[in-house]
Amino acid sequence: MNLPQVVQYCFAGVTVGSIYAIVAIGFNIIYNTTGIINFAQGEFLIVGAMLAISFNHFVPLPVAIFLAVVITTIIGGLVEIVFIRQVRNASVLRLVVITIGISILMREAMLHIWDEKVRSLPYFTGTGVSTVTILGAHISPQVLWVLGVSAVIVMGLTPFFRFTLTGRAMRACADDRMAARLCGINDRWMVTLSFMLSAGIGALAGCVISPVTQTQYDMGASLAIKGFTVAILGGLGNSMAAVAAGLMLGLVEAFVMSQFDVAYKEAVSIVILLLILVFRPSGLFGKREIAAMRAL
Amino acid sequence: MTHLRRYIPVIAVALGVIILQVVLSGTRSTYYMTQLTMSAYYALVVIGLCLLMGYAGQISLGHAGFFAIGGYTTAVLTTFNLMAYRDTPLVSLCRSLGVVVQRQDIYGADILAFSPWPAFIVAILLTVIIAFMIGLPVIRLKGHYMAMASLGFGLIIYRIVLGGRIFGQADGISNIPPFKIIDGLEVNGRAAFRVESYYIAWFVVLAAMTLAINLVHSRVGRALRSIHENEEAAHSLGVNTYRYKLFVFVLSALFAAVGGVLLTHYNGSIGPSEVTVTKSVRYLVIVAVGGMANLWGALFMGIILNFLSLRGVFGSYDDAVFAIILIAIMLFAPEGLLRLPRLRAKSPLPSGGTNG
Amino acid sequence: MGKQLAKVVGILIVALALCVSVVAKAADAPPIKVGAIFGVTGVAANLGGPEKKTAEMLVEKINKEGGVNGQKIELIVKDSGSKKENAVSLAKQLIEEDKVLAIIGPSTSGETLAIKNICQEGKTILLSCAAAEDIVNPVASYVFKTPQKDSDAVRRIFQVMKTKGITKIGVITSNDGFGITGGKQLANLANLAGITIAISEAYDTQETDLTGVLTKVKGQDVNAVVNWSTTHGQSMVAKNMKQIGLDVPLFQSHGYGNIKYVQEGGEAANGTIFPCGRLLIADILPDNNPQKKFLLEYKKDYESRYKEDVSTFGGHAYDAILILVEGIKKAKSTDKEKVREAIENIKGLVGTAGVFHFTPLDHNGLGMDAFEMLTVKDGKFVIYKN
Repeated sequence: MNLPQVVQYCFAGVTVGSIYAIVAIGFNIIYNTTGIINFAQGEFLIVGAMLAISFNHFVPLPVAIFLAVVITTIIGGLVEIVFIRQVRNASVLRLVVITIGISILMREAMLHIWDEKVRSLPYFTGTGVSTVTILGAHISPQVLWVLGVSAVIVMGLTPFFRFTLTGRAMRACADDRMAARLCGINDRWMVTLSFMLSAGIGALAGCVISPVTQTQYDMGASLAIKGFTVAILGGLGNSMAAVAAGLMLGLVEAFVMSQFDVAYKEAVSIVILLLILVFRPSGLFGKREIAAMRAL
Repeated sequence: MTHLRRYIPVIAVALGVIILQVVLSGTRSTYYMTQLTMSAYYALVVIGLCLLMGYAGQISLGHAGFFAIGGYTTAVLTTFNLMAYRDTPLVSLCRSLGVVVQRQDIYGADILAFSPWPAFIVAILLTVIIAFMIGLPVIRLKGHYMAMASLGFGLIIYRIVLGGRIFGQADGISNIPPFKIIDGLEVNGRAAFRVESYYIAWFVVLAAMTLAINLVHSRVGRALRSIHENEEAAHSLGVNTYRYKLFVFVLSALFAAVGGVLLTHYNGSIGPSEVTVTKSVRYLVIVAVGGMANLWGALFMGIILNFLSLRGVFGSYDDAVFAIILIAIMLFAPEGLLRLPRLRAKSPLPSGGTNG
Repeated sequence: MGKQLAKVVGILIVALALCVSVVAKAADAPPIKVGAIFGVTGVAANLGGPEKKTAEMLVEKINKEGGVNGQKIELIVKDSGSKKENAVSLAKQLIEEDKVLAIIGPSTSGETLAIKNICQEGKTILLSCAAAEDIVNPVASYVFKTPQKDSDAVRRIFQVMKTKGITKIGVITSNDGFGITGGKQLANLANLAGITIAISEAYDTQETDLTGVLTKVKGQDVNAVVNWSTTHGQSMVAKNMKQIGLDVPLFQSHGYGNIKYVQEGGEAANGTIFPCGRLLIADILPDNNPQKKFLLEYKKDYESRYKEDVSTFGGHAYDAILILVEGIKKAKSTDKEKVREAIENIKGLVGTAGVFHFTPLDHNGLGMDAFEMLTVKDGKFVIYKN
């Protein structure tokens, strides 16, 4: 393999990796507040993208995306208030089961609202054929958009969770719900807020990746699976690590693809997931003790 | 005497199965038995999963994978044509032992392949080995991590099936022969064999049920319940939780594989749609709707929901209906639809275990 | 008091309904029951959706025009969710319970192969809308299929390649039934056409990006790329090829026959060459083409009713019903065996996929001439010229 080819494989890895990363970020927000994994996160992405595509027929792209994000945020809040909050005896098992139910319901609703056809948003800059050339290899400018938006989200979220009162209150809820309540934190609304936030970020992610991946009603599940593979790989709850892990997984897949049948690529990423789960559940970048506590 | 009462429902259901057959045959509507038989095999998966989720407290999002290991193993072995290797010593030996047999399909082509019994045994052994290997590390995981790992397992099986030429890739495998259990008794999808296939299926289901009830009331069952209530406490009392959980995991995989093998012979075909995440989720929904730790609830919900679904009653809203039922149950009746509070109150054991 | 009133009203309603149904039944000859199994949801939704819509539209139209031999058609549509096990269950139900004359569909090869024997043994006509040639080879006397043969599509593509001097190609297919069968035909026929397949890869139907696979293809210095799928990969491949600078001709399968994929591909789709039935280019066919008037009518009906572009998949369901109706008319009966025989002897029936000539040994009835080579120019389908 010559240099441009190696770089080209790397770019292919970065392209899919950036998509995995931006999907993974959404999982972490809800996990950070509630300690649950929201299996319906993938559907938030698709709802966001579908809404934006529909709005884009009437209003310019930025407005369409803004509207889609706002509406999806509201949907996220409603999902929490109507479903999650009502679950009695909220064990992990029940919460996992109910978010799975929500994800199927949202997917089927989208099939009947929008139909089975594939759609996409236009490229944010340039068109489907424009590329940026680096070291003799090419990459779509949309990938740079995906990376840029991921970076902005992560840079926004880290200080939010670390320094703002709301952000710290949200984290406190995940660590110990009861203690948080005793400190005067309205834990219920913190959970609602986390669902809104992750739905909104999911919608934005869905819009940014739509020109590359295109959007179809049933894509949410496979995106979500990649998303939480990456979230676990990086260490649950850590968005910065998720981005790094996403890019890493993308590069690994590209490498596997360059050497073996494309069919093996998916299997390899799942094997990595299983190995991480068994040997290092805290993720590549996480601290061991924390994960051990969370796992309970 | 009291412990014999546990088996009263088994006898009642057996009688119900017979009465249903008589009524259906009498009214010339035996065609309902087709879906009743198919549902019974899916119910096997559900019974196993109910043991795992309800009694051992372990979630699994990959049980369709075990169903598929059973189904695909038998499908490959009974359809892979060995005609080209006909004269090799190994194949000749297998033929003389009756392990490999020759048959003709309906288009007159000669097929030399393994007969269903050895295929069944191989499928079961393979499932047990794989379940053991997977269970060994995965059982140690908790909550989300177990969910993710089992999901990952299901996905790998799905990828193997979809990518492997020998598994027919997206088309799956068709033309699978019927399973002759003994002379004059076979699992066969043709209309002429409907009644006997129906009885075979229900015999297997009730046998599995009896086994499961026994297990729940045995030492293992009591240990499992203690795990479910408080793992640390159970552990400190010297209950080897890990070993018990692994045992139930392998057993539930075995139930799923038996269902897979028999349904594959009954349908005459199997495809990747049996291994999807949606399918695994569906089994989980049924267990949840039945009330998690409620074997009879799981069985009845499994039969009813699969029966309606296979008959296309829900049309294009099939998955949506399952999702709505799941959410409704979780919100309004987290202990399941078929929970019988009166009987439960009489039960000498604390909650989380027995029923009817 | 209120309860009793409700009871009386209830009884009256039931009685009225019974009268109405009796009267309604007495007025008509018994309808001809026809079953349909489509993957309206699930992985084949992009095939099953238009198939169901078309079937319902056509049956409604036939019934409005007085039905077949004075009998109305009753279409029983079932959604298999693109699942084999559901197709098996539904097929048995349609055959034994509803006692249908024929089954239209299923949409995928896997499902069709699963119920091929069931229909043959149940002596019920099966008119499949799926591509695999195993469906009609070996021939089962009751089983037919309406889409053109994959092997013919491949032959047409190889013909064009020859004229362009292409000898080394890269093949990528989706990992669903359509892609896999196409990949096999390409591999089978390449040698004969003097073409080497330098690389052949199957990608997932849910793939988010294809630049990695295409980089691999590019590394083999191929003269052309062939993509075989029915999914969104078709528009993605065009864009990704341009993005990584793989500037060789792109050939696609007849699955590309949906203008949606051209629109999604944008300017990258221009220049794509693919074989296709004449449905998509009905408006630019010469007036003497036997299919033209017929195709335009279907296109107009479908597009005005469903407000979406017509696709070749819907056409497969259209042809299936058309063939069945023709068979019933010729047999002057709804006896399964007679209709089956009549279908085997249909000659020169104009359908959406081509002109059908059935024989007892050819249960597809279409030849290479069913395909027209098309290309994309300025976002529109046009006939390909060397």
